Amino acid sequence: MSVLVYTESEQGKFKKTAFEVASYAKAVADQMGTTVTAITVNAGDTSELGKYGVDKVLSVTNSDLDKFNAKAYASVIVEAAKQESAKVVVLSSSADSKYLAPIVSIGLEAGYASNVVEAPSSTSPFTVKRTAFTNKAFNMTTIDTDTKIIGVSKNAFGLKESSGNASSEDFSPAISTSGVTVQSVDRATDKVTIADAEIVVSGGRGLKGPENWGMIEELAEVLGAATACSKPVSDLGWRPHSEHVGQTGKPVASNLYIAIGISGAIQHLAGINSSKVKVVINTDPEAPFFKAADYGIVGDAFEVVPTLIEKLKAFKAQNA
Amino acid sequence: MKILVCISHVPDTTSKINFTDGDTKFDTNGVQFVINPNDEFGLTRAMWFKEKQGAQVTVVNVGGPETEPTLRKALAIGADEAIRVNTQAQDGYQVAKEIANVVKEGGYDLVIAGRESIDYNGGMVPGMIAAITNSNFVTNCISLEVDGTNATAMREIDGGKETVTTSLPLVIGGQKGLVEESDLRIPNMRGIMMARKKPLSVVEATNAAVETNSVKFEKPAPKGAVTLVDPDNIDELINLLHNEAKAI
Repeated sequence: MSVLVYTESEQGKFKKTAFEVASYAKAVADQMGTTVTAITVNAGDTSELGKYGVDKVLSVTNSDLDKFNAKAYASVIVEAAKQESAKVVVLSSSADSKYLAPIVSIGLEAGYASNVVEAPSSTSPFTVKRTAFTNKAFNMTTIDTDTKIIGVSKNAFGLKESSGNASSEDFSPAISTSGVTVQSVDRATDKVTIADAEIVVSGGRGLKGPENWGMIEELAEVLGAATACSKPVSDLGWRPHSEHVGQTGKPVASNLYIAIGISGAIQHLAGINSSKVKVVINTDPEAPFFKAADYGIVGDAFEVVPTLIEKLKAFKAQNA
Repeated sequence: MKILVCISHVPDTTSKINFTDGDTKFDTNGVQFVINPNDEFGLTRAMWFKEKQGAQVTVVNVGGPETEPTLRKALAIGADEAIRVNTQAQDGYQVAKEIANVVKEGGYDLVIAGRESIDYNGGMVPGMIAAITNSNFVTNCISLEVDGTNATAMREIDGGKETVTTSLPLVIGGQKGLVEESDLRIPNMRGIMMARKKPLSVVEATNAAVETNSVKFEKPAPKGAVTLVDPDNIDELINLLHNEAKAI
């Protein structure tokens, strides 16, 4: 009756969120007086999971699962949960995990709470705190089924190291056939994604035109950050939709969010609210973003950003 | 092709979020309700299938009579008929079960829902409908073409997109990209007049079980004031981000 956690990997390496969800699973297991089992798919070396509280790893190696498939992956997790008699299944908030979670939920007849930000406040009734109204509020929710599924918000719980070793065993479950076939994947491998980024640099209409994005990209490069934009910028076609962050775009939960020339409409702020530290650079001191930010500069981005890039380069050189 | 578009009735994106009854209920006072934006992208794509491929489009909502104006708006945009499942929506599972029941009864080929609602952000209804009805499923869907019973879709993934092929019956979790913002339609007077005459049927719920219960809401703690840095003193910003915020 262990806690089962799905630890995601990419090309044989664990994603950072894998260690966060493992840390979360360990906290739940401690509350329930049980152990943590991780399920991995084509993950390679799994020993690192022990550091985050995983006791046992069910390791699936199967070339049919090289490309992510929600239904097939969901069936792997369902089979693992059944074998382990898991009472709690912990997942991340990645696009893939959010895709498969509802399928696992139906498969296990288990209630599912997504966007969970803290360890359960109680295990009976099983109560979790999740974000709602696109980060404008929190919702305390009980999961009342025998088995529970928790989707953990990115960067909300953090990494918690504990001493331990994870034993590993091969696991070869029956895999559901899926009627969805991946034909091609188009992903820039040399760029930091908004989902994985520690730092996000975001530009708004204040930048006046797509030709001025050079300095946004340069600032992002200096910081090892992902680039993002406001909704008007993506609607105007200055930047691709995939960069649009906000209520109807992508959520951002980075450590640092730098908004340049973004006034801070309520829908934008909702989407970036989960970021820990927010910086705004805007000419208008009345821009709503100043009320949401931790640090602000009232100034012209075209003067401030180039200086910031130079100073950061010097800072990085010094602190390298 | 028979299309069912799931319509969530949600507070407008600019709404102030407050709670009543000891923070157990959303305060609807002064709040304007709209079609969930992620659903509206799907509805608009469904209009394209209607106009170009002769699809028949039904919209469905699980909710009380107060959601009917939102369904009428979907009819004014161009849906052929509406169904309201007469029960208060309590959790994603219950809503998915009720809609799955409508799907089975109506024999729909394609179900389009938003990837998530902007109020509860559960992100589970489309996937659960697919699992219950044993349909194919693509979420975070940013493009969709249907040819006979075959479909090609694009899904947004972390850091990019993927193209998939699949077939009907199919459930889609839609979002912006399925159509562009500029493709969204504001109902005109003719559409609004016609919507009044279109069928809106109320069906009784099957009283599906709930799996989760909302206990209480909380608003985030108020934020401290912003620390302003002089534009001529960028070193100070770097110092604060490094030593105080520990963010770089």
